[in-house]
Amino acid sequence: MSVTTPTPVRKTAASRPARSSRRAGTAGLAAALLSPTLLVLVLVIGYPVVAALRLSFQVSSESIDPHTGFKVTATSYGAENYTSVFSDDRLLRPWWNTTSFALASVTLEVLIGVSMALVMHRAFRGRALVRAAVLVPWAIPTAISGMLWKWIFNSQGVANEILGTQVLWSSDGFQAWLSVVIADTWKTAPFIGLLVLAGLQIIPGELYEAARVDGASVWRVFWRITLPLVRPALVVAVLFRLLDVLRMFDLPYVLVGPRKDSVETLSMIAFDEMTNLRFGTAAAYATVLFLYVAVVALAFVKLFGADLIGRGTGSET
Amino acid sequence: MSTTIFRLRRVAPVRRGTKRAGRGTAWARRLGIAAVVAYCLAPFYWMVVSSLRRPADQFSNAPLPAPVSFDNYSAAFDARNGFGRALVNSLVVAGVSTAVTLVVAIFAGYALARLQFRGKTLILTLIIAASMFPPIILVVPLLELFTDAGWINTYQAMIVPSMSFALPLAVWNLTAFFRQMPAELEKAAQVDGCTPAQAFRKVVLPLAAPGVFTTAILVFICAWNEFLIAVSVVNDRHMMTANVIVSLFTGQYKYDQPFGTQMAAGVVVTLPLVVAVLFFQRRIVDGLTAGGLK
Repeated sequence: MSVTTPTPVRKTAASRPARSSRRAGTAGLAAALLSPTLLVLVLVIGYPVVAALRLSFQVSSESIDPHTGFKVTATSYGAENYTSVFSDDRLLRPWWNTTSFALASVTLEVLIGVSMALVMHRAFRGRALVRAAVLVPWAIPTAISGMLWKWIFNSQGVANEILGTQVLWSSDGFQAWLSVVIADTWKTAPFIGLLVLAGLQIIPGELYEAARVDGASVWRVFWRITLPLVRPALVVAVLFRLLDVLRMFDLPYVLVGPRKDSVETLSMIAFDEMTNLRFGTAAAYATVLFLYVAVVALAFVKLFGADLIGRGTGSET
Repeated sequence: MSTTIFRLRRVAPVRRGTKRAGRGTAWARRLGIAAVVAYCLAPFYWMVVSSLRRPADQFSNAPLPAPVSFDNYSAAFDARNGFGRALVNSLVVAGVSTAVTLVVAIFAGYALARLQFRGKTLILTLIIAASMFPPIILVVPLLELFTDAGWINTYQAMIVPSMSFALPLAVWNLTAFFRQMPAELEKAAQVDGCTPAQAFRKVVLPLAAPGVFTTAILVFICAWNEFLIAVSVVNDRHMMTANVIVSLFTGQYKYDQPFGTQMAAGVVVTLPLVVAVLFFQRRIVDGLTAGGLK
């Protein structure tokens, strides 16, 4: 492969030929063990992505032959799908919905998740109960939670009753957007909480002791000790959540519905084009989303130095 | 005996006392925990409560169902909805996806955790990048492909694309797990004359059972929750998964949307996962935090 890892230095003193033969054996074994995974990934990810790219440049005029009933397709290649996608607000609106969902949800999730982690970290009794409770929103299928929140936000539902309002939440408009943000935050803030909690638990207690002895205030301890040390865990959690929200589909689809201007995401508009058999524009939307996600991921890793592989190869977690 | 227990009991508050936990902070702490639990469970509680109301009381917002009724559950399993069949479909799709994924991922996880070879960083990067793909870009061309191949309304049309998110998740978790296992085990096996392959088969695999199990739970939950692929490649009610079919319920009663029935079905779809979470919470949290993935 094109990237080489530094050759491992064996601590055991083995004779030269034996060592190299063993390494050759190891490389062969590694190839054998990894090839099924790589093959599957090429088939279920590599091939579709290339096919989607090709499809997005494919311009076909399809018609049904009235005599045979078969699809008659005239195919050529060009950028028409992209020009139609980039024309007027057909891209901008879903792009902004996708982006604003990501910004709003992830911000709220980080605030709530970190607070949750701090609270859970202090829990001595009932840890198991808290942990199980925190996993419940994560375990509920997103489609089901969309349904649940649609019911909560029903015009006669419990949200309006508690708030004393008569808002038509899941119709359209800002309130529909807000309902999606609330539902998404509910479902995933605990997940961030769990990841941050894992980060909190490896901070040595002596640091807090020392800070206390030095008379640092609670806030100062949080900003100077807790937050910097929990940062690696938080950065990874935020990156995963960010990418997850950018591809969001099922929650707005079930909670509000398809073809709603205020909540339609890039995934949803691509899905909509696809179900209307406009595969070319669907692939163009999907490709735009894909590139957008890739740019955000790269920028995020550059800006915050998310150490993704480090966790995998992680000498210490 | 009793004195030691007594002493142990006394030690705890003293240790906590050093943390300056006054009565007020203890209460604040309890309040915080209660808030976290309420935040997480209140909507789920509402789903359960709503499902247990009589259909006539559907729009009641009382905190407890009175009287308790299982009418919504029998409505959910009404033959017209095909919900029972959908549960079986979900089970088949999620179960087969999990099994196939694990078999493939165990080997990759072991290789990435233990073997030193060129290109490892690249492969790890590829696998982590694979988990970040928006599924829609996979679904669009696959739908066209499956249409041509006659795979629409089949299990394999749902299982094969599910590997795209299940496999990176499984490989990542298993890699983290294998790394935590002491390397001395295989070293000892190899000293005793095992080849690396034999060491893997005879020593590592039996000991890796807990990690494999944890990964299986995570992958199963993710596969069970999948929606976009299932809603794209299936249009026959008999082949739909539970998640999809619940969103398509039409009312047996005359309301626009049969929320009570949907809540009952939602509880049925969610309950196995909630039970799994209660039993295996420790393992799941370990898996989630080790993998760092959803």
